[in-house]
Amino acid sequence: MKAALFVPCFIDAFFPEVGIATLELLERLGVAVDYPLRQTCCGQPMANSGDQADAAAVEALFVENFKGYEYIVTPSGSCTHHVRDNFDAIPQTQEVQEVRSNTYELVEFLHDTLKVEDFPWAEFPHKVGIHNSCSSLRGLRHASMSELAEPEFSKPKALLSKVKGISFAELSRPDECCGFGGTFAVFEEPVSAKMGYDKVNDFKEAGAEYVVSADSSCMMHQQGCSERLGLGLKFIHIAQILNGANS
Amino acid sequence: MKKIHHAEASSYFIEAKDNEAFHDQRLWDLRQKRDREAAVIPEFQELRNLASQIKEHTLTHLAEYLEQFEAKAQANGVTVHWALDAAEHNRIVYDLLTDHSVRTLVKSKSMLTEECELRPFLERRGIEVIETDLGERIQQLDNEPPSHIVVPAVHKLRGDVAKVFARTLDTDPDNDDPNYLSEQMRVKTRHFFVDAEAGMTGGNFAVAETGGVVVCTNEGNADLSANVPPLFIASVGIEKLVPRLDDLAVFIRLLSRSALGSPITQYTSHFRAPRKSGEMHIILVDNGRSERLGMEEFWYSLKCIRCGACMNTCPVYRRSGGLSYGAVYSGPIGIILNPTHDMRKYSSLPFASTLNGSCTHVCPVKINIHEQIYGWRRVLAKHNQLPFVKKAAMKVAGKILSDPQKYRKTIDVADAAIEHLPRFLLYSRMNAWGRQREVPAPPDQTFHAWYLKNREGKQ
Ligand code: SF4
Repeated sequence: MKAALFVPCFIDAFFPEVGIATLELLERLGVAVDYPLRQTCCGQPMANSGDQADAAAVEALFVENFKGYEYIVTPSGSCTHHVRDNFDAIPQTQEVQEVRSNTYELVEFLHDTLKVEDFPWAEFPHKVGIHNSCSSLRGLRHASMSELAEPEFSKPKALLSKVKGISFAELSRPDECCGFGGTFAVFEEPVSAKMGYDKVNDFKEAGAEYVVSADSSCMMHQQGCSERLGLGLKFIHIAQILNGANS
Repeated sequence: MKKIHHAEASSYFIEAKDNEAFHDQRLWDLRQKRDREAAVIPEFQELRNLASQIKEHTLTHLAEYLEQFEAKAQANGVTVHWALDAAEHNRIVYDLLTDHSVRTLVKSKSMLTEECELRPFLERRGIEVIETDLGERIQQLDNEPPSHIVVPAVHKLRGDVAKVFARTLDTDPDNDDPNYLSEQMRVKTRHFFVDAEAGMTGGNFAVAETGGVVVCTNEGNADLSANVPPLFIASVGIEKLVPRLDDLAVFIRLLSRSALGSPITQYTSHFRAPRKSGEMHIILVDNGRSERLGMEEFWYSLKCIRCGACMNTCPVYRRSGGLSYGAVYSGPIGIILNPTHDMRKYSSLPFASTLNGSCTHVCPVKINIHEQIYGWRRVLAKHNQLPFVKKAAMKVAGKILSDPQKYRKTIDVADAAIEHLPRFLLYSRMNAWGRQREVPAPPDQTFHAWYLKNREGKQ
């Protein structure tokens, strides 16, 4: 199987280890991975600000880079949600529609497409708290939503449960948004920071050593809050744990 | 009209630490009660579907149902008035009151009359208006608008209420026992009911088939407002119609469960005809609703039954308090309703959201609230209503992110990274990030650089 890897701009810049782990993990699982070198961003920051005009060229470039791939995989729920559900600043040609429907977030790609049964190389003897970003939770349906009173399921937890030694911390408000929200984090700084503080305190009280998520952007915000509060929480992307990181 | 700045207003509420903490927890409790109620009714999601369909059907046949309602109500002996906007609504009420030489009006909580700013309108003309809902009365005495559409004074602690009552009702300022406070309120309000010459309510639903107005309360105050004085006026937004009495069952099962996590409100009162030797008037109010009905992307917001569930679940609303929205409607529903009244004034509201989508999934009538918030951002951008900094930042970001070479140049210079990246990635002033949060440490190299070094050359 062949797939193209999309490494979103903030992962490229701030969390290269997440991109590396994703690449290595996919390769371990037998996927031939292409990394188109002219990639930048999916257009989400502009589009989420309502600015379709400035999103258009970025979306066009994304299509240029990723057209023709049957699988486009990225370690970011929010980017996947944007591409799949909101990527319409440019005309919806056949090509654009294909790129949109062929884009997968890593967790769902592992869980639904590859149906990975185990990660024999992975061991993580730590208590982790799972953070589902809102795009992953409600946009991509990574896990059951408390709003819907539906039977419980969680794709990230199902994957992590296959890792040796891992245990889970249960939050008091598992589905509560952490307050990142893209540009919300800076334009609505007071509420954003308060939500972030509440979130990391919830992890701390639940006894989590690590916060693990499929979205680095939420974690960048939470880590900033945790460090400011001196909580000592550690943050790690799910790709890293599944790829065998041990601390 | 002065623009509302939600972010700034929210900081005042967050600084009032005790209020914020109580507010967040109290509303979160309501959300959890709602979850428990939803979980024990196997057909809860089915009810949401039905409610949504009934509302969509009604709204797409609104003219017919309104006419049916009018005819039925008239046959019941009710006088029906039509008000195009707030001004006409207020004039109709005022004329009715002066025709009956009314000096004092008791009214139960109605968001529509808030929307029309009826109370100040009447007060300026020498008519005394007494709010009879406890929370709403607290807000009236404190000269504040309601901060929540179901629990209007939820942003106040009981100590705050004790202060307001001491100042306005001459109670003991040091006694903040809720029983004492509500008893004082009861004692000091009862006589208004007895003496009032007119009573007024809103309407949760209007049933086309019966011509009746249905009001749901937990305090029974609507019944006193409607039944005691000789003149009774009900103001109802035209979107409140449901076709049949049977349809009402769906909504009654959803309303209080969604709002407060209780199976039903204490009182569900049906007002159909004037009582003996009394008069009953219904004012059907448009005030922008027809226009909204014509908005392809936003007409679904008219399905709203004002349960407040979206506010209770909203993490932003819980932290910022209803008053920070600077509008009659706050929280998620406020974000999508207010700009239809004044796009410029409320242009910051669609950005007072993380687009987390929780609201959409608790809404009993399945309004796609967070998608509408997203939609409003696009409309605002198109109408040049984005704040200048944001617009400028997006322009620069768009230029860089659509040009791989520029993009590389911007982020490959590792030393410059921490200086430039947050600015360009987060599109705003560094200090907004750093005020309460640490900035991530820049890595030694980007993923791209790592890839070129470790993979590209080796293939
Ligand atoms: S939008 Fe939905 S959840 Fe919010 S108040 Fe209206 S009916 Fe209730």
